[in-house]
Amino acid sequence: MVFLLCSFTIWQREIVRFLRQRSRIVGTLGQPFLFWILLGSGFGSSFRIKGVELSSGYLEYFFPGILVMMILFTAIFSTFSVVEDRKAGFLQSVLVAPVPREAIILGHILGGTTLSILQGFLFLCAAPLVGITLTLEIIGLSFLIMLFISFSLTSLGLVFAWRIESTQGFHSIMNLFLIPLWLLSGAVFPASSAHPIISWLMTINPLTYGVTILRRNLFPSQTEFFSVFPSTLTCWVIICSFSVIIFLIASRTAKKYQG
Amino acid sequence: MNNKYAISIQSLSFSYGQQNALNNFSCDIEEGEIFALLGPNGGGKTTLFKILATLLPLQEGNAKIFDMMLRNSPKEIRKFIGVVFQNPSIDIKLTVKENMTHHGRLFNITGKTLLKRIEQNLEHFNLKERKNELAENLSGGLRRRLELAKTLITKPKILLLDEPSTGLDPAIRIDLSTELKRLQKENNTTIIFTTHHMDEAERSDRVGIIHEGKLIAKGNPVELKKEIRNDVVIKIETNNPEELKKNISEKFRLEPNVSNESLFINTSKDDDAIHKLYHVFSDQIQSITFSQPSLEDVFVQKTGYQFKDIENKSIE
Repeated sequence: MVFLLCSFTIWQREIVRFLRQRSRIVGTLGQPFLFWILLGSGFGSSFRIKGVELSSGYLEYFFPGILVMMILFTAIFSTFSVVEDRKAGFLQSVLVAPVPREAIILGHILGGTTLSILQGFLFLCAAPLVGITLTLEIIGLSFLIMLFISFSLTSLGLVFAWRIESTQGFHSIMNLFLIPLWLLSGAVFPASSAHPIISWLMTINPLTYGVTILRRNLFPSQTEFFSVFPSTLTCWVIICSFSVIIFLIASRTAKKYQG
Repeated sequence: MNNKYAISIQSLSFSYGQQNALNNFSCDIEEGEIFALLGPNGGGKTTLFKILATLLPLQEGNAKIFDMMLRNSPKEIRKFIGVVFQNPSIDIKLTVKENMTHHGRLFNITGKTLLKRIEQNLEHFNLKERKNELAENLSGGLRRRLELAKTLITKPKILLLDEPSTGLDPAIRIDLSTELKRLQKENNTTIIFTTHHMDEAERSDRVGIIHEGKLIAKGNPVELKKEIRNDVVIKIETNNPEELKKNISEKFRLEPNVSNESLFINTSKDDDAIHKLYHVFSDQIQSITFSQPSLEDVFVQKTGYQFKDIENKSIE
C-alpha cells in the first residue's frame, strides 16, 4: 500500500508538472514532428533500400524512428529534472520519507512512460500520411511496444541522472550515449546497408529490437527490412528483458547513491 | 522538558575521501528541546544534519534516535523525523495544497486525516487564502512558511532544519523562531537546527558549537557566555594591524587576533587593558572599543579563530 501510494503520488506529480509547462509540451511534440517533416521530405525519394518499395520515401522509413526519438526525448526530459531535484528540490523530501527507493523510481519511470505514450499516440495520428491504416490491432500493439521502449529508456535515463551531480554532466551522457543509442537502433538507417562495425553495434543495441517490432507493426507488408533480424518473438523477449534489467539497475542505483 | 534523549550521537566520524568532515563527534539531545548547532561554514554541521536525516550513510560511530539505531533502522527513523532543507523542497509548479498533499502521501497519510491536517496547517500558517495558487507565485517568506507547513503535516517528533533562515529577512527570521517555540510547547517536538547566525543560536535552549567536525562546547547560551563572563573583548582599528599585533604581544602578555583588518583581544575585565593599550599605542590606534562576550567570543576562546576567518578560508 505504502509502495503504491508513493509511486502514484510521484507519477501524478510528473503528469501535473508536465501539463503545466506548455513550452515542454511544444518542445517534446514539436521538435520530433519538425525533424520528421524536414529530414523526411529532405531525403525524400533519394533514400532507397535495396529490394524495398517505399511509397513515401524517407518520410515512411523515418516514421517509427521518430516515434522512438520522441519517446527518448521525453525520457531524457523527465529524468533530467532528477539531477537538480535531488539536491535542491522536491526529491529531497521524497528521499527522507519512509518509502522504498523502488517505489520512488517506479513512480518516476511510470510518469515518464505515460507522457511518452500519450505523445506517441498524438504522433501516431499522422500515420495515415505515410499510408498506414490504423487498425485496433496496430494501435494496441503500438501501445505495448511504446510501453516497453519508454519504460526501459526512462529507467536508463534514471540510472545516469541519479548518480550525476550536474546537469552539464547529464548533457554529455545524453550526447555521447543516449542519442547514439537511438541513431544505432535502425531508427535513422537500416543495418543492412551500414558498415559492418556499425551493423554489429546495431545488433547488440537492445533498442534496435524495439524499433524493429514497432516497424513491423506499422508496416507489416515490408518484411524485406527485417531479414537480418530475429523473429518478432525474440524481439519481444529482448525488449521485455531489457526493461526489467534496466529497472533493477535503476533501483539499485537509487539505493546506493542516497544523497 | 524531561531528560529522555531524543538523539544520542556516539563518536561519529565521517570523511569525504581524504577530507574529514566529522571527527569523533558525540552529543546528546533531550526530547523536547530546541538545539542549535552553531559553526562556521565548512565546520561539519551540514554533514551531521545529512547523517541524522538518513541521507548519508554512517561510516564510524553510531547515532540513536529514540531507541532506534540509525545504522540498523533508517527507514523506521524516517517516520519520526521531519526535515527542512536549506534549499527549498517545494515544487513551484504545484499549488500550495498539492505540495502538502504529496508530502502527506509519502508518509502514508491519506483521506480525511490528510485533508484535516492540510486544513489545519493552511489555517495555522496563514496560507488558506492561497491554497490553490502555484507555489511559484509566493514570496520567499511565504515559500519558507509552506515548506514548514508541508513538513509538519506528518507531525514529526523530531524536526531537523538546515540553515532555516538562509535568505530570509530579519522579521521572518523572528517569525520562524516564534513558530519553533510554539511547536516545542504544544507538541513537545525536539528541534535541531544548524546555523551560523549567533542571534539565532541565542534563542535556542542549548547550543552545540562545532568546529572542524568536533563539538567544542555545548550548553545553554547564557551559561556558555557566563564561562567567559570575566572577559571583555577589545576591538582595535588600526592602519597596520600586523605591526600593532607584534608590538602589543611584545609589550603586554596579550595575544591579539587579526580579523578583517582589526585586532581582537580577549582579556579579563580586571586588567584595565583598554586604558593601558590606549596609553602606550595612542599614535597607532584609530579607535578602540570593548564589548561583553557573545557566543562568537565563546567560539574565539575555544578555537582561537574568528568565525568569519574560517568561513573566508573555506571559501578560498
